[in-house]
Amino acid sequence: MGVEIAARGQTVCAKLVGDIDHHSAREMRCVIDVAVRENDAKELILDFSGVTFMDSSGIGLVMGRYKVMCEREGRLTIARLPGYIRKVMKVAGINRLARIVEDYELPKEQEQEVMKVETTN
Amino acid sequence: MKRPINEMKVVFPSLSENERFARITVSGFLSFIDPKVDELADIKTAVSEAVTNCIVHGYPDKVGQIELCVKVFEDNTVRIKISDKGCGIEDIDRAMQPLFTTKPEEDRAGLGFAVMESFMDKIKVKSKLGKGTAVTLEKAVAVRTRV
Ligand SMILES: Nc1ncnc2c1ncn2[C@@H]1O[C@H](COP(=O)(O)OP(=O)(O)OP(=O)(O)O)[C@@H](O)[C@H]1O
Ligand SMILES: [Mg+2]
Repeated sequence: MGVEIAARGQTVCAKLVGDIDHHSAREMRCVIDVAVRENDAKELILDFSGVTFMDSSGIGLVMGRYKVMCEREGRLTIARLPGYIRKVMKVAGINRLARIVEDYELPKEQEQEVMKVETTN
Repeated sequence: MKRPINEMKVVFPSLSENERFARITVSGFLSFIDPKVDELADIKTAVSEAVTNCIVHGYPDKVGQIELCVKVFEDNTVRIKISDKGCGIEDIDRAMQPLFTTKPEEDRAGLGFAVMESFMDKIKVKSKLGKGTAVTLEKAVAVRTRV
């Protein structure tokens, strides 16, 4: 459970793992925002392939990251949505805020950093 | 709708780690009617919304009790009531409007009620300022063989 961050230059990919609810979103949000700041991110990719449950706290998480990326004049991409998560996203019309893609590939670079943060849940 | 064929009630403190407990408890209880995966996901999501609201809004600065009741009727209708004895809602119609939230900080989207409405067949909200809030959710699940 938690967030796995992979950064390539100014692209930050956050793979969310486990249930996203009000309890777990708090820590996920912190981890993502630190990674965005530290890498001076211009693109944030949120990978939902490992998400097992999500309620409106997940929508809030996405909307909040959209604001963060707007302030940085960057872009938010949402990727690998499981079917049931797609349904929750639909209620919020998230497609108007973020680019939704089936899959993505991180740009290859020499200096790559992989950091794994476990959240308590 | 007559008497329930099965029912359960659980009371727990308004700690955020119990959001998960509430979802898992409901899905475990409902396993005897063997609901479809997507129906169960809808119910779990709606329960999570209502329980989170009790924790975040009902008891903003203290830990109080949350009651969760689930009833299943002969026609496989599931009725779930989630209630708190917290601060109550001033204007229910306004609270239920999509994107309305009294707590925009901490990334609240104001979509909890919208999710409950779209994922369940019926929702009823009763609230009294200073007394608490009760949300009743109902969904008819597909009739399959009972386990
Ligand atoms: N149990 C409750 N006790 C007191 N107020 C409540 C309760 N449930 C909801 N409310 C009020 O209704 C508003 C709307 O609730 P809703 O779940 O739709 O959005 P939210 O909780 O603010 O945001 P989100 O659910 O998207 O994180 C809340 O902001 C709150 O003011
Ligand atoms: Mg809510």
